[in-house]
Amino acid sequence: MVDLTSSVAAGQGARELQGPRGPKPRKVVTRANVLIYGTLIVVSLYYLLPMWVMVMTSLKGMPEIRVGNIFAPPMEITFEPWVKAWSGACTGLNCDGLSRGFWNSVRITLPSVAVSIAIASVNGYALANWRFKGADAFFTILIFGAFIPYQVMLYPMVIMLREVGLYGSLTGLVIVHTVFGMPILTLLFRNYFTSLPEELFKAARVDGAGFWRIYFRIMLPMSLPIFVVAMILQVTGIWNDFLFGVIYTKPDLYPMTVQLNNIVNSVQGVKEYNVNMAATLLTGLVPLFIYFISGKLFVRGIAAGAVKG
Amino acid sequence: MTIRSILMAGGAVCAAGYASAAELEVMHWWTSGGEAAAVAELADALNERTEHTWVDGAIAGTGQTARPIMISRITGGDPMAAFQFNHGRQAEELIEAGLLRDMTDVAEAQGWKDIVNPPLLLDACTVDGRIYCAPISIHSWQWLWLSHKAYEDAGIPVPTNWAEFVNAAPALEAAGKVPLAMGQQGWQQNGAFQVMMISLLPKEVYLQVYRDKDAEKARGPEVGRIFQALAQAREMSRDSRVQDWNQATNMVITGEAGGQIMGDWAQGEFQLAGLVAGEDYTCLPGLGGNPTLQAGGDAFYFPALDDPEMTAAQGELAALLLDPQTQVAFNLKKGSLPVRGDIDLSAANECMQKGLEILASGEAVPDVAQLISADSLTRIEDVFVQFFADETITAEEAQEQFAALIEDAD
Amino acid sequence: MAASRPNQLFRNKSAKIAAIPMIATALVVFLGGTIWTVAHSFTSSKLLPKWDLVGLTQYERLWGTRRWLISIENLMIYGVCMLVFCFVIGFVLAALMDQKIRFENTFRAIILYPYALSFIVTGLVWQWILNPEFGLQHVIRSLGGNRPPAECEGVGLSLSCWLSGIEFDPLYNPRIAIYGILIAALWQGTGLIMVLMLAGLRGIDQEIWRASRVDGIPAWKTYLFVVIPMMRPVFVTTLVLIGAAIVKVYDLIVAQTGGGPGNATEMPAKYVYDYMFGGQNLGQGFAASTMMLLAVLIVVIPWAFMEFGRKNRG
Repeated sequence: MVDLTSSVAAGQGARELQGPRGPKPRKVVTRANVLIYGTLIVVSLYYLLPMWVMVMTSLKGMPEIRVGNIFAPPMEITFEPWVKAWSGACTGLNCDGLSRGFWNSVRITLPSVAVSIAIASVNGYALANWRFKGADAFFTILIFGAFIPYQVMLYPMVIMLREVGLYGSLTGLVIVHTVFGMPILTLLFRNYFTSLPEELFKAARVDGAGFWRIYFRIMLPMSLPIFVVAMILQVTGIWNDFLFGVIYTKPDLYPMTVQLNNIVNSVQGVKEYNVNMAATLLTGLVPLFIYFISGKLFVRGIAAGAVKG
Repeated sequence: MTIRSILMAGGAVCAAGYASAAELEVMHWWTSGGEAAAVAELADALNERTEHTWVDGAIAGTGQTARPIMISRITGGDPMAAFQFNHGRQAEELIEAGLLRDMTDVAEAQGWKDIVNPPLLLDACTVDGRIYCAPISIHSWQWLWLSHKAYEDAGIPVPTNWAEFVNAAPALEAAGKVPLAMGQQGWQQNGAFQVMMISLLPKEVYLQVYRDKDAEKARGPEVGRIFQALAQAREMSRDSRVQDWNQATNMVITGEAGGQIMGDWAQGEFQLAGLVAGEDYTCLPGLGGNPTLQAGGDAFYFPALDDPEMTAAQGELAALLLDPQTQVAFNLKKGSLPVRGDIDLSAANECMQKGLEILASGEAVPDVAQLISADSLTRIEDVFVQFFADETITAEEAQEQFAALIEDAD
Repeated sequence: MAASRPNQLFRNKSAKIAAIPMIATALVVFLGGTIWTVAHSFTSSKLLPKWDLVGLTQYERLWGTRRWLISIENLMIYGVCMLVFCFVIGFVLAALMDQKIRFENTFRAIILYPYALSFIVTGLVWQWILNPEFGLQHVIRSLGGNRPPAECEGVGLSLSCWLSGIEFDPLYNPRIAIYGILIAALWQGTGLIMVLMLAGLRGIDQEIWRASRVDGIPAWKTYLFVVIPMMRPVFVTTLVLIGAAIVKVYDLIVAQTGGGPGNATEMPAKYVYDYMFGGQNLGQGFAASTMMLLAVLIVVIPWAFMEFGRKNRG
């Protein structure tokens, strides 16, 4: 990612990594700004309202929840639900809360996200720029696959994994995540690469660059936003996955969502809403963290002049 | 030294003498407070009284969540050592496919035939004369839970049977209460219907309809009366808009609702809220009518494993599940009734005692799950969901739909 | 492109090797799995898949079941609303985000965060908020002083009476329950659509904006006539993403309403799941999912022809 990148996209690099295009916005109250920020703030309220309810509930004690108004802040703040959700809640026999499955979730998510995005981005690139005979047919099947309710595929998948001897292993689970993530991700990358100006690709071909060289030197550096979207999709999907994690592995590999499910989804007995909320927020922290830091990568892909260089 | 002797018996059945330590993965869906405490009793018993270790595979939710997981594990060729299933017809296919272990040897060595009461629990585990599961607890549906506070507020006495309960409804409504709390989910509505069938009619009708699939009976006037009663229940629960059963129970606990038809697991909610049976709430088995209980409940099944050590360990676990000491400890925590008739449960409260009496008198019928397939049951539930949601559906229409499904049931 | 060159087979070798995982997935998992599913929909499989053919029995029963028909109707309403709102909201938010605004990162995170949370609790929280007794309706009525209807009779125009009488109970009213689900689904899903559109907007050449500014074309016209047509590939992705989510909607329904009140929010995927694992009638579940897949096929195949036919000509 050194020479070609710098010749094609370096010009924008330093400037564009700062954020959106153009100079920093000036501090002026224009009608357009009022409209933009007004809308965004109102919209944000809609998005934040449930968060408010969740955080407030997670900081209340159970007696207060029973009587209280769901929107009211706690009269007496307690962090006990958070502590309990993380390290004390009983999820069946084990009373160590979500902490039990945290590292398993990391062990599952990292390889699954990396492998699925790597494969899908190469697929998308091959489909967009190197279309070979029959590619369209496979791609159509793949898109069709995006619509199959995954519950229907549970048993065939068990049979397939059993036949190749990977049932119950981490590798098997990574394959499952890669397979079920592939339709949407491939589509994502294919369509993004298609929308890039073709001149870039053609120029590189004229220079004699091959499949992988063009992928790594030109396509990758120009598609950070779409990689961020893919990462958001996969990190969230895999981190929050419960069904695959529990069906294709064993208890010593169960992800954190199994504990979350056990805390939140117990059918019988009193529901501890505050612990439920805290557990959900805790489980959501990792994807949330990814969302926030990925903002840095959310730069403009193509700057003017990059093509003509 | 009774513990020793049981262990010896368990061990002797499965392997000659000493069985080496194994890790037994046990899958179940008991995760709420009382349930988890009950499972802990089982795990402690296994860990302390045998060399084996209990590996907990708890998956919360209904059987609907856990079932595909269990089936996948078993068909994927990597099964757990034991798993919880509602006993009934669910496991038949797994047995046919040879995926479950035949536990008859353990059952005979332990004399399960003599100790399990009511005997129909063991029948539910038996296919072609072989025993495939170990029953562990009994749950029954036939209970009406009544809030003393609600009736005090309305200024009328607490009803002692269904007819009085229906008559008291207007007074409760006048006092701003919901006469009948009911969660708006098919299984709860279907449960209420079955309870009425068993409690308000002779138990033969229930058996004719569900066991013999007698569609004429299901169309008949007796069952028609039950549908009328169900329409009354719909009327009385109109303002009960909760979903989960425990939210409905909470309405009874707070005195917001007069009563609720729910299984004995509701007991745990009252206990946790610090209410005392007989003082703060009343439980009427069989709706104060027929003292007959449906004996459903939980059982453990054991997948067929290749490893002889694991197989031996499974046997020990099975023996332990029916051991008197484990039975008492487990069922007291879970609020269910023990599967053995010969143990002392004086620690149980008033409601549990009532249930025990009925069981001791032999007035038990098999649970619906043992009589008709889960498929037919789901379709019947769909009828009740519609019936309760749409007041324009008459009792007669619902009865006809029900009878048609009974005709078609397997 | 390279399509017409004689040494095409050799030239595309890397691309073909790179596409092996995709080809295997498409053929073995999706095609194989679908054939397996369709085949088993003609059987009487119950708890375990079993090769025991019963012809069209499962389909006859399926189409004779009221719940299935209602599920389809519900999905139509939900699907159309979801598609329209997701697109419009997602695009408008992305366009606002792209206006060199301050705190872009913060706003983006706020709109996107619901996507990170589990459906179970999302459903629960919205169930609370939409609960008439202690949710939004209660708060609004309290603003009006919560005056009883009797007090307001014949009062005429009065803000407090209007507020006290407001009805907002989507999850408890069968006629509008589906919109209660929609509110939560949009809350959860529009963030992702927004970032996807934003990525698309950022992939557009800066020259376009500069040129349109030089020509004095208003921004909304540039969006409508230049930018949106250029974003077609991203829209297709979005469409598939939303479409797949609509067809498969299950968890949210279970968490929020359980399909109720009555059948008001039942969905086909829930029917499939309930019968496969609840009713233990795999055959019935497979028959229902086959019908769903057939419906998808009717949409996907013409799309594929349009998409690839067009490309090949150009």
